[in-house]
Amino acid sequence: MVVYKMTDKTMDNQSDFSPHLKRKRRFLLFQGRPETVSLLLLIVIFAGVSFINPSFLQISSLVDIARASVVTGLFALGVFTVLAAGGIDISFPAIAALAMYGVSTFVLDVFPEMPIALIVFSSVLIGLILGSVNGVLVHGLRVPALIVTIGTQYFYRGILLVFVGTVWLMEMPSQMTDFGKWSLLDIESNNGVTVSLPVYFLVLPIAAFTTWFIFNRTLMGRAIFAVGGNAGVAERLGYDLRKVRVFAFGYAGGLAGLAGIIQASANRMANPFDFAGTEIGVIAAVVLGGARITGGTGSVIGTILGVLLVTVVNNVLVLVGIPSTWQRVVVGAFILLAAAFFVLRDRKSAR
Amino acid sequence: MKRDANLWVLCTLIIVLFGFGGVVSGGTYLSLFNLQSMAMQVPEIGLLAIGVMLAMCAGNGGIDLSGIANANLSGVASGIFTLSLFDASQDPMLFTIAFAAGCVVIGLLGGIFNGVIISRFGITPILGTLGTQMLFTGVAVVLSDGRSVTVGSPDPLYVIGNGLVFGIPTSFIIFILIGCLLGVILKYTPYGMRLMLTGANPKAAVYSGFPSGRIIITTYAISGLLAGIAGIIIAARNINVKWDYGSSYLLVAILIAVMAGVRPEGGYGRIITVILSAVVLQLLSSLLNFIGLSNFVRDLAWGVLLLCFLGVGRFDLINRILASLTSMRSPHVTK
Repeated sequence: MVVYKMTDKTMDNQSDFSPHLKRKRRFLLFQGRPETVSLLLLIVIFAGVSFINPSFLQISSLVDIARASVVTGLFALGVFTVLAAGGIDISFPAIAALAMYGVSTFVLDVFPEMPIALIVFSSVLIGLILGSVNGVLVHGLRVPALIVTIGTQYFYRGILLVFVGTVWLMEMPSQMTDFGKWSLLDIESNNGVTVSLPVYFLVLPIAAFTTWFIFNRTLMGRAIFAVGGNAGVAERLGYDLRKVRVFAFGYAGGLAGLAGIIQASANRMANPFDFAGTEIGVIAAVVLGGARITGGTGSVIGTILGVLLVTVVNNVLVLVGIPSTWQRVVVGAFILLAAAFFVLRDRKSAR
Repeated sequence: MKRDANLWVLCTLIIVLFGFGGVVSGGTYLSLFNLQSMAMQVPEIGLLAIGVMLAMCAGNGGIDLSGIANANLSGVASGIFTLSLFDASQDPMLFTIAFAAGCVVIGLLGGIFNGVIISRFGITPILGTLGTQMLFTGVAVVLSDGRSVTVGSPDPLYVIGNGLVFGIPTSFIIFILIGCLLGVILKYTPYGMRLMLTGANPKAAVYSGFPSGRIIITTYAISGLLAGIAGIIIAARNINVKWDYGSSYLLVAILIAVMAGVRPEGGYGRIITVILSAVVLQLLSSLLNFIGLSNFVRDLAWGVLLLCFLGVGRFDLINRILASLTSMRSPHVTK
């Protein structure tokens, strides 16, 4: 123990500025807001890439990243909701493909005049129903959600490929392609090429705000965190586990349906094999954003930062001269590093 | 002997599938050639399924999602390494031994890596093995530049993949031997007992002084080792190895484990049922082929089967049906 002179001044100094406390406080910053790490990492990558390849810092590449992050972002918001409720969902790519392809086929074959709003709505509805099936199964079967959603992933994809169709739809309905092309603002870059930020980009902030609202302003949000944190305790507190799980999986499914129809509109084609294998990248994004895979934590801001991080990594590797074959290694290493970091943080705070 | 119901159901299924297949195909399904070709396809997926089963038995959310990625990585890496060192046509024996040893070592290292990050760093198995799945696949892509690596078919390697001993495929014999060895290890060694007890109640295991870290590392190391051996068999059967081989194997391995009655929460699983379950799946898959249905139907069937067997396990349907059958026969039997 160090004995200090008991004058007011030293007391103040010692209590406020002792290096130990300061370090502790700095750590607290990470503790409350794990997403700050993703933010720092994002800034470092941005700075590094712009330093190596200044052409990166153009408005056009930023628009590219914004555009590329919409579908991943919607998926990630859904996965975040499911993770927060203590589950995991890897069937969302199949849900997105089934909703997107099913609705596109229906519009082409049966109802060519279907307004775009109704198209989007029905895709979301299909996603919602399929997601709710996930929720019911996870709750009813009492087995890890991972195994259930692996099963439903094959089930949904199988329904799509066996009963709906296996060919690429290259001629998309005009209202969908118009929606995909509908521009919010056109930006002329230095070399004279115009890049446009499409209107569908707005879907991401809206969905993010909705998710934030659910988690921070509604009882369902609190219930999701409670169930994800400790399902047994939450049940004794009177939360309806079934309702919470069906909601979380249904919400994720709805967002997947939305992402599917946006992807189809933007790419002007519907590929029934689309999205296969995207699940790991999306889960990586959510985990990088600070959500614990065992549930009960996370934030919408963190999720979005994680999505940006993964999108940036996927897009800039080539710009800085790393061959694209390294992409998986980098994302895999990121997952493991983030996981290790969060575990260490939890251990320290537990001490 | 409650859970042994799975064993009997699987045996019955095998007989039923053989019978049905024989009738539908007019006998060709039961021909020696078809039986041999089915037996050749079982080992790679069966080994991966045993790996998944071991990880599940360890409990605490244990699962190994990196199996097929690890198998592909060991095949690709060992293939590139061995091709650069030896000439397959001049010294096929040495080439095969070096290739096999390389696969086993790389698979084992991958498994140990999984075990270390899970037990030492405390990363959740789902997340950890998801990360290593991507990492292993990524390293395989980087090493092979995304192309397939031609290992070729030097004589001893060809025998492992396609050879017959007394009419039985070599790879199938290897698979059964490994299965028996692991079955004995699980049943009669302290490690086997501790693994199951840890899975059944991790907290009690910690208080009993089990070396939980070592158990988990051993378990994932064995799983990795099996993946390495699967890598050898894949290479031997296909001549080429590629990073994206067997993209549906992850689901199928988990499906086999669940069908075998392995408890996903940990603490229970038997090698013999896993082997039988792998055989059932192969019979079913070939049968669907014989009827002339597409691969998409097969994937759909796998999904439905997985969900059904989860339901069966959840509500203990097998035992209930058996119990109602016996009570019908002799009303005095109490359950």
